[in-house]
Amino acid sequence: MNSVNRTPRVLLAFHGLFVVFMLLPLVVVALVSFTDKGYIAMPFDGASWRWYRAILDAPDFIDAFWRSVALGAAAATLATLLAVPAGMAIAWHRFAGREALLGLLLSPLMVPHVVLGIALLRFLTQVGGSSTLWGLTAAHTVLVLPYVLRLVVAAATGFDRSIAQAAQSLGASGWTVFRRIELPLILPGVAGGWLIAFINSFDELTMSIFVASASTQTLPVKMYNHIAHTIDPLLASISTVLIVLTLVLMMVLDRFYGLDRVLSGKA
Amino acid sequence: MQERQNLLPVWLSAPGALAMLAFVALPLVLTLSLSLYPFVPGVGVGEGLTVANFADIAKDDYFHTIFARTFGMALLVTALCIAIGVPEAYVLSRLSPRWRAVSMVVVLGPLLISVVVRTLGWAVLLGNEGVINKSLMAMGLIQEPVRMMFTFTGVVVALVHVLVPFMVLAVWASLQKLDATTEQAAESLGAGLPTVLTRIVLPQVIPGVLSGGLIVFALAASAFATPAIIGGRRLKVVPTTIYDEFLGNLNWPLGAALAVVLVVIVLVVSLGVNRLVERHWKQVFQ
Repeated sequence: MNSVNRTPRVLLAFHGLFVVFMLLPLVVVALVSFTDKGYIAMPFDGASWRWYRAILDAPDFIDAFWRSVALGAAAATLATLLAVPAGMAIAWHRFAGREALLGLLLSPLMVPHVVLGIALLRFLTQVGGSSTLWGLTAAHTVLVLPYVLRLVVAAATGFDRSIAQAAQSLGASGWTVFRRIELPLILPGVAGGWLIAFINSFDELTMSIFVASASTQTLPVKMYNHIAHTIDPLLASISTVLIVLTLVLMMVLDRFYGLDRVLSGKA
Repeated sequence: MQERQNLLPVWLSAPGALAMLAFVALPLVLTLSLSLYPFVPGVGVGEGLTVANFADIAKDDYFHTIFARTFGMALLVTALCIAIGVPEAYVLSRLSPRWRAVSMVVVLGPLLISVVVRTLGWAVLLGNEGVINKSLMAMGLIQEPVRMMFTFTGVVVALVHVLVPFMVLAVWASLQKLDATTEQAAESLGAGLPTVLTRIVLPQVIPGVLSGGLIVFALAASAFATPAIIGGRRLKVVPTTIYDEFLGNLNWPLGAALAVVLVVIVLVVSLGVNRLVERHWKQVFQ
């Protein structure tokens, strides 16, 4: 109904400026990464792949990258295993304490990451899990669980329960109903939830900086510690790789779900 | 069947609920109690309960400055996010589906990119040898570089960039519920764009502005990476101070007390604003 040419020019001009504002820091990082100088500079008087080759000579960054990938995959998978049954219970059953349960499962969204960080540092220190990988994994699992839960609840709420009831009345066991009917129907929500949980775990800095130790540094923590010391083009080239990888994941999410729905939890 | 309905939801949700109790609720309670222990230099957490940490925060001008800066920054960032995020969400709703899809990726996509990467971009832009200063000097507009790194303004600009997608998202969600015919009716009765926006669109998206504003405010007040990188040591905020107390001074009780005060202020402000706005705009919340 509303076409581009009906949108007033002043609004389009505002939109243009807004888009520039959003893209500017990312574009600048990408440009700077192609410099051939030893410091932060634009590549216009000399471009090279020098700082991309430098990544290959920085094994600690590569280790941190793979650690973050493994951590993100583990946390997203564990969070999915916990959130799928809980999400089905919340979407399909009315029981005492349902609201309280939902609040508890979404609570990590309400607590600032810096507060979660110190709380988990204190807790893990007391139970002997500080600077261990399992402690970091547990921390990331609870942190990203709400993202999976929201999409599972949204996907499960939208579906017709009479199919499951029909299967049940025909003699299917609870497990068969889940595996053959319920899971396939909510699978898009589960997959989208896993991906958004993975991305959130992969990007997380503020909580991890307290929970991760020197031997379990994730990529964002490693990058932050590097920036606190010095800002060099190596960070720009690593960041550009991350931007490109995120863009690919973003395309996948947008294509299958719509970014606005995944990000606001309304799959 | 009756049995299944009674116990099934409990079994299904128990593992997730237990994980939350063990790794969120319990640690938070421990942090609250940690804030009530004395700090003994060289030893760490001492014996016996005390409110000394809170008294230190209440008395010391150093902490007053940090809290005032943090919440001043959060308020300004929230106001700017409303000022640019609300119109942007409206423009998005008026674009053709094709352009909207592209614009959505540009506007919301940065949420999926690490805050460290986005903040690095601003550090590269704002530095004395940074892109903005070098461009302005090359154009002859300024002789000396303008200091933007380690300034309040620099942190605010970078935080607006990091957080404005949340505002667009919240307002966008409430614009979806808006009936386009109300706008067309106003237009057909001769209302210009400013009138349509202020009298028709804005009042209907107030719930979105409110929820977006509360999210942005809470995230701005508790942001760590951006103030730490752009603000640095000279411009400490509460989260960076908590970091220093925990990992620098090893004064965990004081760090925990700072965290408790931060959370309490964010909660009180959020609940207060929520009630105020809901009372003032009663009809749109029904």
